[in-house]
Amino acid sequence: MILKWFHKNKKDYPDFWMDYMDSFKNFKKSPIEETRFIAFDTETTGFDKKNDRILSIGAVTFIGKSIHVNDSLELYLEQEIFNPETVKIHGLMKKNALEKVTELEAIKLFLAYIKNAVLIAHHANFDKNMVNEMLARHGLGKLQNSFIDTGHLFYKSKHIIYREHLKKHDTLDDLCKELNVPKVDRHTANGDALITAIVFLKILSRLDKRKNLQWEYLLNE
Amino acid sequence: MKNSIAERVVDFLNGYPPFYMLSNKTLLEIATEVTIIYLEKGDTLFKKDDTCHNNFYIVRDGAINLYYTHDGVKNIMNIHDTGDVFGLRPLITKEPYKLTATANEESIVYAIPIAVFQSVTDYNTQIQKYLITAFASNAYDPYSAEIAGKIFVDYLPNKSQDMVNFQTANYTKSPIICTMESSLKEAAKKMSTHKIGCIVVVDNEKKPVGIITNSDIKNKIATGLFPIETPVTDIMSSPVITEKKGLTIADGQMQMIKHSIGHLCITKDGTVNSKLIGVLTHHDVLVTLGNSPTVILKEIKRAKRTKKLRAARLKGNSLLKSYIEQNIPISHIINVISQINDAVTVRVIELALKKMPTVPPVAFSWLALGSQGRKEQLLFTDQDHALVFEDVPKEHYEETQNYFLQLAKLVTKSLNKIGFEYCKADMMASNPEWCKSLTAWKTQFKNWILKPDEKAVLLSSIFFDYNCVYGNKQLVNDLTDTIFATLEETNLFYKFLGRDAIKSPSPLGFFKQFLVEQNGDQKELFNIKSRALMPLIDAARLLILSKQIKGVNNTSERFEKLAELEPQNKELHESCSYAFKALSKFKTKQGLLHGNSGKFIDLETLTKEEKLKLRRCFKPIQKIQETLKIRFDLKNFI
Repeated sequence: MILKWFHKNKKDYPDFWMDYMDSFKNFKKSPIEETRFIAFDTETTGFDKKNDRILSIGAVTFIGKSIHVNDSLELYLEQEIFNPETVKIHGLMKKNALEKVTELEAIKLFLAYIKNAVLIAHHANFDKNMVNEMLARHGLGKLQNSFIDTGHLFYKSKHIIYREHLKKHDTLDDLCKELNVPKVDRHTANGDALITAIVFLKILSRLDKRKNLQWEYLLNE
Repeated sequence: MKNSIAERVVDFLNGYPPFYMLSNKTLLEIATEVTIIYLEKGDTLFKKDDTCHNNFYIVRDGAINLYYTHDGVKNIMNIHDTGDVFGLRPLITKEPYKLTATANEESIVYAIPIAVFQSVTDYNTQIQKYLITAFASNAYDPYSAEIAGKIFVDYLPNKSQDMVNFQTANYTKSPIICTMESSLKEAAKKMSTHKIGCIVVVDNEKKPVGIITNSDIKNKIATGLFPIETPVTDIMSSPVITEKKGLTIADGQMQMIKHSIGHLCITKDGTVNSKLIGVLTHHDVLVTLGNSPTVILKEIKRAKRTKKLRAARLKGNSLLKSYIEQNIPISHIINVISQINDAVTVRVIELALKKMPTVPPVAFSWLALGSQGRKEQLLFTDQDHALVFEDVPKEHYEETQNYFLQLAKLVTKSLNKIGFEYCKADMMASNPEWCKSLTAWKTQFKNWILKPDEKAVLLSSIFFDYNCVYGNKQLVNDLTDTIFATLEETNLFYKFLGRDAIKSPSPLGFFKQFLVEQNGDQKELFNIKSRALMPLIDAARLLILSKQIKGVNNTSERFEKLAELEPQNKELHESCSYAFKALSKFKTKQGLLHGNSGKFIDLETLTKEEKLKLRRCFKPIQKIQETLKIRFDLKNFI
């Protein structure tokens, strides 16, 4: 699918997009412990992918079990669309003293940061759709990265007989409680990204104990 | 760019030493370079013999075990939990790790790059000192278990020879020596070429026979007392004080204080009968510790006025504070502080004697009582002391007593100025009741022992822990012999002491709640002294008296002695000794925090963990009380 799309639109895309696409050339999956993972999270004005906008993106990188504090991304976006209702969740107001970037600038920085890493997010589909929608607004293609949803992974990590007690859509807070992850900076994009990373590592360690963990298992929906 | 994660790392680091000594800006620089590492239970962070990492670590969540394996036995040196720094070896040396670090439970640690840390802290001496001490106390300290709070769980004896290597004080390994045939001039030349303050005189087998220091040359040669061509053997200080290699800085320091010397000879087997391998100087110790009780002691010995003594004693307090902060073993702290307290008392008496119109009519001896007598006094406490003087004919008794009462008044006044409160119960040598002749004292003790009553038992906690601080030791030995002889005549006294020792039951109530004070000013406060320390002190005294052991006054030392004497109860006595030390430390910390004696603890201010630690100390108390009940048959006596 990548190839097909490549041929068709090659000339129309800006350089940063081409660089991003190039990173998937000859991309081979490495062992899990050597893979570059990026946990990320977005804070938005709401849940409608068409009408709502991303206000901030936070992301942290980890390889193995180490997260480097300086290898993280924290972006605040300038947006015309604003929803007072969600301010109480993420605390991001229209006019904040924070240093903001345009949506296009954010895309450039985000793509340059993630490259071909495996992306991890809680309820990943939502974040994925929001980003893809943003890319589409700027005439770009969809994200090419592999995605892992911590919500789904957690569900899978539970033995079948316990699953019925789980809510189908556990919130990040539920997982924090269950996995004993301290909730620091919840609802800032960067803080949620870090929490997601730790949640992922904790689930991974549980899965790893049971069987030799395979990529197929992780990525399989 | 804003980095919220780094900011949160700063918030965390800010709560723990040594990081709270740094500015937020500096911390942010460090935090930005931190790596957050997630460890599952059993994951290894570094292994023994691994080359050192470029980071040191602080526990964010969970707990990290540091251990080594010897002959297939896993020896846990320390368990670090939230806020503890570890893996400090690369800060000190480039040697490979000596211990393995694995996660005791699921943990998150922060790795702090050493290069970044050192560049931004600019080799801040206070921080370096903290880290080096933390490293040293984790590595060599036999009580590291106590520091980690581990003492409260189990007693972890450490017998491995491996550990001795960690203890090594950094002594001069190629000392400057001269033969016994050398002249002083030759020796001095050698010292001058090597720019060194002391030279060791050795025999032809390289065994140390004496030492010559700068001050010897100043005092004995420059004054014209001896000609410059004098053989070194004529002016050297001999014999030298020797120690084995592998002694701790703390041990070295104690030896120096004890013998009032500045140099220890390190020999192969630790005696003068083996080859000299190095010299540990006072300077070496100072460099390592950066803090010097010897300097304070010197100041005390030279003080000419009470004011100076007060200043010196206050320095002792700040020394105490930094020792506690640095997690120096409590037994060592107690040693140093009681040396300082005794030195203060001695100096005060010397100064008071100068103020007296005449010299003392007869020999006397000044007894420290209570906590000072037990050498357990850490913070300023009340004065408790007594005076015993040589027997005089009846007609001179009053006159003699008056002389000593006057002397005692001067002493108590000075001690009060220095910071030791007057004893509320007036148990001071300035009280005629506690300033008596030897025979009068003997009669007094006989009365207490043979006809015990409530008052006698009450006083026993003060008077049976005496220690001669100044004056004629023979008087005190004489008194001690009489006491022990009298003790053999009766068992009743032990029963009284036993009843007293078990009168405050386990400090935990029925519902595992701390028993707090019910009324008075200290309502709702936990009295750590009467509820936890006193039962241990009382038990130790009773047991040691019943074993007829003289001269061991310190409670923890008493328990250690008992462990030696009763191998079947070794574990119990050792746990009591450790609990006592841990509780003393607790009390001292509280006292320093609130600027008082630390006797009353507001449980509200303790963290859950501290409460847990405290609670675990109570187990040995309960056990030792049960032992007393059986041994002294106290069941029907209460």
